[in-house]
Amino acid sequence: MKAVLSGDMPRSVPLTLILGVILVCLALAPFLFPGVRTVDTAARICIFVVLVASYDLLLGYGGIVSFAHTMFFGIGAYGVALASTHMGRGFDALLVGSVAGAGVAAALALVIGLFSLRVRAIFFAMITLAVASAVAVLVSQLSGLTGGEDGLTFQTPRALGPAFKFGDELFGVKLNGKLLAYYLIFLGSLILFLLMLRVVNSPFGRVLQAIRENDFRAEAIGYRVVHYRVAATCLSAAVAALAGSLYAIWLRYVGPDTALSMEIMIDILLMVVIGGMGTMYGAVIGATLLVIAQNYLQNLMGVASGVVDGLPVLPELLSADRWLLWLGVLFILSVYFFPTGVVGRLRARK
Amino acid sequence: MTPPILATEDLTVRFGGHVAVDAVTCAFRAGELTAIVGPNGAGKTTYFNLISGQIPASAGRVLLRGRNISGQSVSHRTRAGIGRAFQLTNLFPNLSVLENVRLVVQAKAGQGFNLLSMASRHAELTDAAEGILARVRLLDNRDQVVSELSHGNQRKLEVALLIALDPDVYMFDEPTAGMSVDEAPVVLELIAALKEQKDRTVLLVEHKMDVIRTLADRIIVLHNGALAADGPPAEVMASDVVQEAYMGRELEDV
Repeated sequence: MKAVLSGDMPRSVPLTLILGVILVCLALAPFLFPGVRTVDTAARICIFVVLVASYDLLLGYGGIVSFAHTMFFGIGAYGVALASTHMGRGFDALLVGSVAGAGVAAALALVIGLFSLRVRAIFFAMITLAVASAVAVLVSQLSGLTGGEDGLTFQTPRALGPAFKFGDELFGVKLNGKLLAYYLIFLGSLILFLLMLRVVNSPFGRVLQAIRENDFRAEAIGYRVVHYRVAATCLSAAVAALAGSLYAIWLRYVGPDTALSMEIMIDILLMVVIGGMGTMYGAVIGATLLVIAQNYLQNLMGVASGVVDGLPVLPELLSADRWLLWLGVLFILSVYFFPTGVVGRLRARK
Repeated sequence: MTPPILATEDLTVRFGGHVAVDAVTCAFRAGELTAIVGPNGAGKTTYFNLISGQIPASAGRVLLRGRNISGQSVSHRTRAGIGRAFQLTNLFPNLSVLENVRLVVQAKAGQGFNLLSMASRHAELTDAAEGILARVRLLDNRDQVVSELSHGNQRKLEVALLIALDPDVYMFDEPTAGMSVDEAPVVLELIAALKEQKDRTVLLVEHKMDVIRTLADRIIVLHNGALAADGPPAEVMASDVVQEAYMGRELEDV
């Protein structure tokens, strides 16, 4: 167990319990919460955990601010979509698309990093923003290749589709390809997450933390700071791309809004901050909280507004259309009360 | 005499019109402990910064084992054998004491790009780091976060990082400043032990005359950035330039 978690134990009873519950719920989601929408939410949580963890490697461990993380996510997603479109449906197309996407993402990160990580951190942030915007425009304009604003709908292998049946029913759940697809996403995400956990607890991860703390001194004890920052950027980009590939495999669709939009970048930032920067487990908690809030806060508020129907002002405030307002309020409160994130807070009280 | 391991030739740096270090030519040999003295603002720390590479020189060269390293980065010079402890404590504040030292040991072992093993499983790195902590008497504080450490202990850790680096050229910038009377001897003993080792070059910026008298083989005096005196301690301390420029004004305050 210690080796699986790379020696980075949750170090807090409530945190262990919360993580355990999240893991069990995600592992058994199709059985515990059968339904198209709930399983879809669970798959999104898995994917965002990986995406946020890869961003935390940069921000929380490396102290590097990047606004291009969605771009890398999108590159992975488009990789799978393009490969599946041009090679035809099949696991080979998924593999080629994922590997190519991760490779392109890492190469692009290398170029951006070598150009801008030598100078001040703010330049890197600005350049990532510029490149990400340019790529987003490019993708929506090159409609011949990328499908433009409409995106690409493609077919995944038959074994991952709802039409594929490999048994009757288990605990009332249909044993079809969609179930297999979910477990592909779940296991892929779990492996990637454990990989990230290992990386941040490796000697390399320690150097990143040292650079975040004091790059001047890290240099003075013999570490080439730029090399480490670039390596972290490439690794983080590659993992983000793989998360994007999983997302495309799950949705069987990719488009600028689902894979490249700035909104996703903001979501990632919120998840990292809410969960707790510099703790991989923060990614799990941040992603779970925010994805659930995004999917169910609206419903919850619809119910709440129904309950207070007839009272003055309240129904208006609680109207389902105001869910973003309340999400904002929740975010401000969480940053105010847990400046170190949920995980930082739980670990601090022993 | 053995060839110098470190030398500076006409080393100069200007900040605008101000010449902070003015054409300093000086050589340092293995086994020698050189004290660098001079009034505040004389350019001692700046001279250090030029040697270890934190500041690029405006003119002149830094030679390590006869090779010009003037254009090289700090990390390159560190790996080549120039190590530095800073005057203002310069640590990794949110990491533990042990982790601070282990990072240095790990850098020396070339393990920085090891991505897939668990840092905590590298017993050899941990053992080496604990050995260093024992030498500076910080072993009891090994799991403490550095920012919670007392000032004196932070200064000790600063020295510990340099000891862990174990470079050919040790540069101490007022290592005992801010240490209590019972903390300073630990550090001074370590420096004396380095001197005993005979194969290390030690540069020491220090204000305390008693420390210099017991440790230094040689004193160089910087005054307004320029080399004002260079020689054995007794000779330099007796010289007019020191009496006038340094001893007269500074030491009475100390």
